[in-house]
Formats: sequence, C-alpha cells, structure tokens
Amino acid sequence: MSALNGLRIAVPRGALMRDTLALLDGLGVDTTEVRENDRKLLFEDVGIITMRPSDVPTYVEAGAADVGITGKDVLMETPRKVAELLDLGYGGCTMVLATVDGPDPAEEALRRFGVVRVATKYKNIARDYLERTGRQAEIVEVKGSVELAPLTGMVEAIVDLTATGNTLRENGLIVREEIVHCTARLIANPVAHTLKAAQIDALVERLRGG
Amino acid sequence: MIHPLPSGTRDVLPAEMRERRAITDAVRVNFLEHGYGEIETPAIEYEEVVRRGGADGSGAGGTNYRVFDDHGAVLSLRTDMTVPIARVVASRYADAEPPLRFSYLAHAYRTVRPHRGQMREFLQGGVELIGAPAPDGTAEVLRVLCDALDAAGLKGYRIGLGDASLYPALLDAYGAGAAAKATILTELGDRDFVGLEREIRALDLPADDAELLMRVAQRRGGAELLAAVAEHPPAVASAAATLRALLERLDASISERIVVDLGVSRDLGYYTGPVFEIYAPGVGAPLGGGGHYDDLVGRFGRDLPAVGFALNVDRLQEALAREEESSS
Repeated sequence: MSALNGLRIAVPRGALMRDTLALLDGLGVDTTEVRENDRKLLFEDVGIITMRPSDVPTYVEAGAADVGITGKDVLMETPRKVAELLDLGYGGCTMVLATVDGPDPAEEALRRFGVVRVATKYKNIARDYLERTGRQAEIVEVKGSVELAPLTGMVEAIVDLTATGNTLRENGLIVREEIVHCTARLIANPVAHTLKAAQIDALVERLRGG
Repeated sequence: MIHPLPSGTRDVLPAEMRERRAITDAVRVNFLEHGYGEIETPAIEYEEVVRRGGADGSGAGGTNYRVFDDHGAVLSLRTDMTVPIARVVASRYADAEPPLRFSYLAHAYRTVRPHRGQMREFLQGGVELIGAPAPDGTAEVLRVLCDALDAAGLKGYRIGLGDASLYPALLDAYGAGAAAKATILTELGDRDFVGLEREIRALDLPADDAELLMRVAQRRGGAELLAAVAEHPPAVASAAATLRALLERLDASISERIVVDLGVSRDLGYYTGPVFEIYAPGVGAPLGGGGHYDDLVGRFGRDLPAVGFALNVDRLQEALAREEESSS
C-alpha cells in the first residue's frame, strides 16, 4: 500500500507539476520515477497518472482516477461532475481581460458597433463574464498564443490566464479587468468520495494540515 | 454501407441482449414478487406534463427533447418514469386506495453535454411506491432495491443515504437569506466544497456553527453522523429523526451497505425527504438513485407522499462486468 492508501491520483503536467510533486513528496509518496521520466504517463506502483491539466477532470469524472489536481480555471471552463475538496493555494494566476495599451479598443468597439471581438482559449468563462457584465461579444476561440490576436487586429480584446503579466507586457498588452483568481484544487470522483471516504478524508486532512 | 447513429444511442445485438435480459428479467421478476405491478406509458408526453413534474432538466441532469406535433402542440420525450407515473396516479387512480405500487423497465431520454460519453437514450428499471410516507415507505423500497441488485448478482454495492430537506432546513435555522441559501445549495449540489466553505464564511456565523455546516456537508459514515445535527431546531431534528428511524427499520443486510452522506443531492428537482444513490466499485457514476418526492403527485392533483428509485441498466451491466473481471 502506498502513501496514498491505494488511491489513484491524476497529476497535471506543465506549470502545476513541480508544486504538485513537491506536495506529494511531503505526503511521503515516492515521486522520483515521475520526475525522471518525461514520457511515461502511468506510474502504477505509486498510484500516479500524469496528463495535461485540462484532462484531469475528465479522468476523475469517469473514475479512471479517484482524485486529481488541476487549476480552478479548468474547472470553471468545463464544469464536470467532480467533488472539489480543497484549495491547495499554489499555482495562483488571474483570468484577465486585456487589450493593447493606449485608448481602450474594446470600449471603442462597443461604443461604435455595440459588439466587441474577444479571442480566448476559455470560451465559456469569457462568454459568461461578458454576458454577466452586459456586453455583447463575439468570441473567437484560439488554441495558443492568444496575445497575437489583438496585435493583428483580428480582435479588440483577449481573455486569458496570467501569472506575472510578463507575456502580456512584452506584447504591448495591458490588463483592463481582472475576472477571477485561480489556484490549484484537489478534486475527487463523487463515487470514490463515498466508497473510499476514509482514504480521501485522510488525504484531505493531511493536505490541510501540511 | 455506413449509416451513422445519433451519438448517445446504440444498437444492442443478440449476444449482449442475452446478457442484458438476464439482468432485466431478474430485476423485473423481483419487482413483481414484491407486489409492484409493471406499467408502461408513452415515450412522448405533452411537454407541459414533463415541465409540471419539474423533470424538464432545469437541474443538472440534462434537458428534455422536444418536438412539435402536426397540430403545433409541443411534445417532450420522457426524461424519467417518475413523472409519467405521477400523472397516471392522479388521472387513472384518482380514487384508488393507497398505497399503490408500480414498477417499470423503460427507456428515458435526456440531452447530453457533447463528447462526454453520456447516453441520450438509456434504459431504466425502477419502482414507485405512492401513498407511503417516510420512513416506512423508504425502508420498503430500499428492501426492493437491495433484493433486485442481489437478484441481478451484484455484490459489492453501497448506498449513499441523505435527506433533501435537511441542509435547507439547517440553513434556515441559521438564518441564511434566500439568496445566500440558493448559492450554498448550488455549491452543495455541485459538490464544490471550496465554494461551499467560502459561502458559509460569508454568512458570518459563530465559528462553531460554520464548522457544523461544513462538517454536515462533508462527513460520510454511519448513523452517528445524525447525532451531530439531532439537537438543532425542529425542521432539522425531524429530518434527522426520520433518517434515524429509517436506519432502525432496515435489516442488517441492508444497513451494512448504507453510507450516511448528508451532502447527497439528486439532480432532479422533485425530491423532498430521504434520498439515496447506489454506488459500485470501479464505476465512476452512480448506478441509480431515488428518494422521496412528497409534492410531485400533488402537482398533478392527488396529494400523496411517494418514494421510488431508478436503476440505470447500462451502468448495472458495467458494474457486474467489473465484478466478474476482478473475481476472475
């Protein structure tokens, strides 16, 4: 039996991975093999599977992993039937609405045309936010480097996640509005949450205490 | 030739159908033996009926499929069998002496979120017991449920038991306003305990009370959980007392399968009292669920408390296959 009490955990690759593995180390899980192995995805002995953060809720919802760690941005963008157990505090970043510096082109577009074009990887969060704030928006979904979209004149604004704001600044963009602050969350499959209540509660308790 | 099917639907061919029939026959015979007469209703109803029943999917369970008929009336595919049976009871059994017992094996239809592997058409087997209040009615259908699962050959299942009226009553007792209450119940329904904690903090309650609200939502365990809420104001105490009385009425073979989970909530909008869900190891979603819906039949004009459950046959089949794999 591993330090995870037989639970299988979905660990996000990418920006959240380092802190997540450090957290698991703190619980006494041996993550050496995960750190050393960039291509392997399934680490059966220690109960870890690795994937991109946006896939974590998919595996947890299906019960392919009992628990998982992912960003709040992912959970907001595609709501899934998973229990959200704990705010882990790390991986902090902010969902923002940004435009090029100078006079606000988004405001200008709304004034002149009554609609603003917004590029984003987070189409649901962007749509909900703009609807909620009473602005007509045409959402343009892009897969990467959202900063490019306003620079080429394709859109007037972007909705994107930023940790330091460096990439935005380097591309001559400024934050106009902060939408929501996102951190890493511990999530669980709802069935596992009941059937493996003791193991999951023990995990939450240790993560809270540590 | 390739003739695609709509996603979320499938053909069942003879080899699988034999396996499936073995399950549904066992379940159906079991329902009949307990005195639950089998019933069939149309797959299409007037949309007004489905909406009156609160099963038009304004909750998270997927919405209903609607079509216009040749007279311009709006029809809806049924999203479950509970609402059609409530309609039948109020119209065809308007004067019959309760309790009334019905069982069914029928397909239901709900929209899905795309690319999530959900079914739009799914087969349900279940019962409805009309005119039997909690806890006796609940105890009876839990007995039927366990017998049916045993008859189908499932072994390692558990039942999560809660009460749909308990948490709202608890919030009322602590003086949460209507808006705060709605937000908190949404967070609880989504099982977002981070959001739940944030909203409970925002109520500005004494630390002990806030702590209790969090604990009640999260703890899963035995009957001892009910003691934690038993001394609170009348509405809460009565929900807790109902659950306790229910647990006392259950045979040991059933109560050992029960996990009390006061955070259990069901997607459909009509539950009022004890509610439950069925879980099996290795299957990521509940095999089914049910509970008390004491207002529903009244919405159709006959005021009777009622309780029932539905099993998702596909998931039951999956759970049985998982058990077979792990035992071989």
